[in-house]
Amino acid sequence: MLKKISNIGDCGITCDFGDEVDKKTNKEVIKLFNFIQESVKNKKIKGILNYTPSYNKLIINFDLGEVKSGEVIEFIKSNDYSKTVFSEKSKLVEIPICYDEEFALDIKRLEKKTKLNFNEIVKEHLNTDFFVYMIGFVPGQPFLGDLKKNLYHDRLDTPRVKINKGSVGIVEKFCTIYTFESPGGWNIIGKTPLNLFNIKKREASMLSPGDSVKFKSVNKKDLLTFKNE
Amino acid sequence: MSNYFKILRPGINSTFQDLGRFGLQHLGIAPSGCMDRSLFALSNKLVGNKISEGALEFAYQGPLLELVGESAFVAVSGKVNFNIINKNNEIKQGVLNESFILSNGDKIDILSTINSVYGYLSIFGGFQLDETKGSISTLVRAKIGPNNGDKLKIDEKIFFNTSNADLKTKKFEFDFDSDSTIRVMQGLQFDYFSKKSQEDFFSKEYKVTKLTDRMGMRLEGEKLENVISKNIKSEGITKGSVQTPGDGQPIILLSDHPTIGGYPKIANVITADYDKLVQKIPGSKLKFKLVDLSVAESAFQDYIKKLNFF
Repeated sequence: MLKKISNIGDCGITCDFGDEVDKKTNKEVIKLFNFIQESVKNKKIKGILNYTPSYNKLIINFDLGEVKSGEVIEFIKSNDYSKTVFSEKSKLVEIPICYDEEFALDIKRLEKKTKLNFNEIVKEHLNTDFFVYMIGFVPGQPFLGDLKKNLYHDRLDTPRVKINKGSVGIVEKFCTIYTFESPGGWNIIGKTPLNLFNIKKREASMLSPGDSVKFKSVNKKDLLTFKNE
Repeated sequence: MSNYFKILRPGINSTFQDLGRFGLQHLGIAPSGCMDRSLFALSNKLVGNKISEGALEFAYQGPLLELVGESAFVAVSGKVNFNIINKNNEIKQGVLNESFILSNGDKIDILSTINSVYGYLSIFGGFQLDETKGSISTLVRAKIGPNNGDKLKIDEKIFFNTSNADLKTKKFEFDFDSDSTIRVMQGLQFDYFSKKSQEDFFSKEYKVTKLTDRMGMRLEGEKLENVISKNIKSEGITKGSVQTPGDGQPIILLSDHPTIGGYPKIANVITADYDKLVQKIPGSKLKFKLVDLSVAESAFQDYIKKLNFF
């Protein structure tokens, strides 16, 4: 449920859905996100520049020359977006992953911490039906959940300076895929050859908030010969 | 005959920018766009372009460009020291905030900004640039935009559109706002900070450090003590947010900001003061003044009036 709307400076608002980070809360966020996106497309509201969902919030940025925060808040309050059918906009994406030890940099740490062996960790990861909570930080990077509790682990104490593009990492109940080479502190368990972000494509990001993801294990040869469309 | 500028020196951070790329932050794409909207609009107005036309933005040291082609009607905005060097190597000091014509073989040498960071070069008819998702803004971090998403590089060519319109030189007065007070509204996590730190933030000076670029401006000053939690659940980010990581030193997020982030935000810079803020060079001292939404909105009306006057 939408709990509170607050201003972020003079050209943004945040819609706060409470403190919980779970699918139920996030699905409410994404309902409003879908509604705003549709409303912008159908010109039901003017001046909206960006609408960015996260675990439990949706922030909306607008052009102060076109619309004021009072009008945007009024628009949200006067529309019953809860009727938006959630499944219409979301899709299921299968993502290949190679768990070869060359790529699963933190598997030993995880084995120690979780008391599961390599095969059990892989099996848990492959069996998880992931949900895309949000995309961002850098272009196309998805934040997926929820892992089962037995795989929970903290961030690395010292983040790596460089994590290769395509690396798949887990922290607590979340899983991410690095879409660009970058620094990072997640526990790396494998690598995908799939290019999740390409600005030249009509849909630049393969995943959108609200989509579902299932991983599929591939061997190193498949990884190296994989062709992105 | 094609007209272009040859880049003899690219400058240290020269990129093409317009008003920004929107509607994609939920996919991790920051808005980017010109840092100083007033000066960006001014340089376009000076050459008769629409104010959203793509322009060349430079920071500190600008480019040295040689015109190859018939002629070009251009303008430079900002507080900038620049020269025009003609074919016979005669050097003439450039005039700011006034449009002028360059002839084949002329060079424009943008030496430096003066006590400010950003300036703009606009050309009548606009640069020949391909839009990416509706904008020609360059986001270097993600390699998005013209020039393969990169800064200008030496020996590259910049093509522009030509036109035979009647070109009349225009000049506008521009008052550079050198005041060091930046107006802000309370941030979403204002209550995370101790009473003393809330007071410090609005009474003490904060210094702009060298760790400042299009992504963010790191400040140095009285440590802001967080009494609730050093991290929040990652949430969407807005340009102008003043976030404060564990070390208590604030960072103001600017046009190329990450799209989501997990640090508490003590304040947000109001739109009307953003241009003034981004022009502060490292070493400048800032003071923050708390205002409410109605003050910010009426300050924006004054800001827009000034833009429309050009």
